[in-house]
Amino acid sequence: MSDLNVTPLNALHHELGARMVPFAGYEMPVQYPLGVMKEHLHCRARAGLFDVSHMGQVILRAPGGYPQVARAMEGLVPVDLLDLGTMRQRYGFFTDDDGGILDDLMLANRGDHMFAVVNAACKADDIAHMRAHLSGVEIEEITDRALLALQGPAAEGVLATMLPGVAQMRFMDVAVLPSDHGELWISRSGYTGEDGYEISVPADQAEPLARALLAHADVEPIGLGARDSLRLEAGLCLYGHDIDTTTSPVEARLAWAIQKVRRAGGARAGGFPGAARILRELTDGAPRARVGLRPEGRAPMREGTPVFAALEGGEAVGHVTSGAFGPTIQGPVSMGYVPRDLATKGTTVYGEVRGRRMAATVVALPFTPANFKR
Amino acid sequence: MKFTEEHEWLRAEGDVVTVGITGHAAEQLGDVVFVELPEVGTMVTRDDEVVVIESVKAASDIRAPLDGEIVEVNEALVDEPGKVNEDPLGDAWFFKMKPSEPGQMDEYMDEGAYNDFIG
Repeated sequence: MSDLNVTPLNALHHELGARMVPFAGYEMPVQYPLGVMKEHLHCRARAGLFDVSHMGQVILRAPGGYPQVARAMEGLVPVDLLDLGTMRQRYGFFTDDDGGILDDLMLANRGDHMFAVVNAACKADDIAHMRAHLSGVEIEEITDRALLALQGPAAEGVLATMLPGVAQMRFMDVAVLPSDHGELWISRSGYTGEDGYEISVPADQAEPLARALLAHADVEPIGLGARDSLRLEAGLCLYGHDIDTTTSPVEARLAWAIQKVRRAGGARAGGFPGAARILRELTDGAPRARVGLRPEGRAPMREGTPVFAALEGGEAVGHVTSGAFGPTIQGPVSMGYVPRDLATKGTTVYGEVRGRRMAATVVALPFTPANFKR
Repeated sequence: MKFTEEHEWLRAEGDVVTVGITGHAAEQLGDVVFVELPEVGTMVTRDDEVVVIESVKAASDIRAPLDGEIVEVNEALVDEPGKVNEDPLGDAWFFKMKPSEPGQMDEYMDEGAYNDFIG
């Protein structure tokens, strides 16, 4: 794996006995000795520490401060950024001219600048995209910091022993805090459906910080395997799987992330790539929708499984985009796209697994209730 | 006991051979969450897919290591697939078969050769 990038926590992962795999050009831990199932359950019950340093951290500045950056960025994402409060964060996505999704990301108003976190696999393209289209905005990729996520109901208690101020943060608040491990950039967010924090830390302090967090009895290291099952149970999209350039935000049921001011009739309606399609779908609905699926029995219905309207006959009408066994649900859970007329809760559809059509029920997402501190 | 390169173990008792997967295979698979077993009475040919195993990570299968008839399956695994991780060499056997070509057993590795194989 010598051609792979490593994160500042690479040596620690090996020391902890992680099984390492290539992921988005990085050597990353897929699981630790605890195993995917127990790591998942531990995160839901107590707290889990994730290395997400492979994700891209980007600072955007302009002479006109945050408002100028926000105004420019609104030309690339269909999100209300101008009205985003100081030290608040929002979920968004870059759209393309066809109304597909180029990447999803987090965007924070940090007073005099914007801070963005993008997916590892997309970061080079995202940065090029921003450089090409955000005139007058200085785009700095932060490469001397690691990014950790501490997730789970015990996360607040653990982090507050080190940094009492984090207990007052609400979901999607961000903070810049001095610490024994240098200046930390903290957000109360994550991608597990649990309460928790994402912590950007200077690279040379990442391992001491991780060790300090892991020293708490409540905290276990969690690999990519459980990260995937946690986010799937939480109904959260994984870029390149549940969303990509072939899915519009409305099809993906991410319309909640498009505030009224950016919709038809809003003060800053449209003005982002693919606006014609996306605004039309916001009004008229999309022909298909991302739904939750609960397959009958115990067999997971995995990514790529074709979905049919009937037990026999007919062409596939959709497909599964993520599917696994949900350790918290104790059963298989999937997400996928189906035509609008099959997207109603309670509808039975059929996924073809190993040549046999298996029933699955369309259900509301998330599978497990979100546990955010709003 | 004999071992295949597919990480199955075979234990002959009289004219019946019990088949399971090794601890190494169970560890590589990760937590097993679903097992689908063949029907008793099925006639199989070596390399036929006879068992489906799904772990938290992926789907995989067990192929028949011998020609013959499936004479018993371990139904307990259907309700408790996690046994495959807990006791792969014992309680978590998958099926028993009556080989039609018992000599095929000799083509597989003994324990020492298998341990060398997995390094």
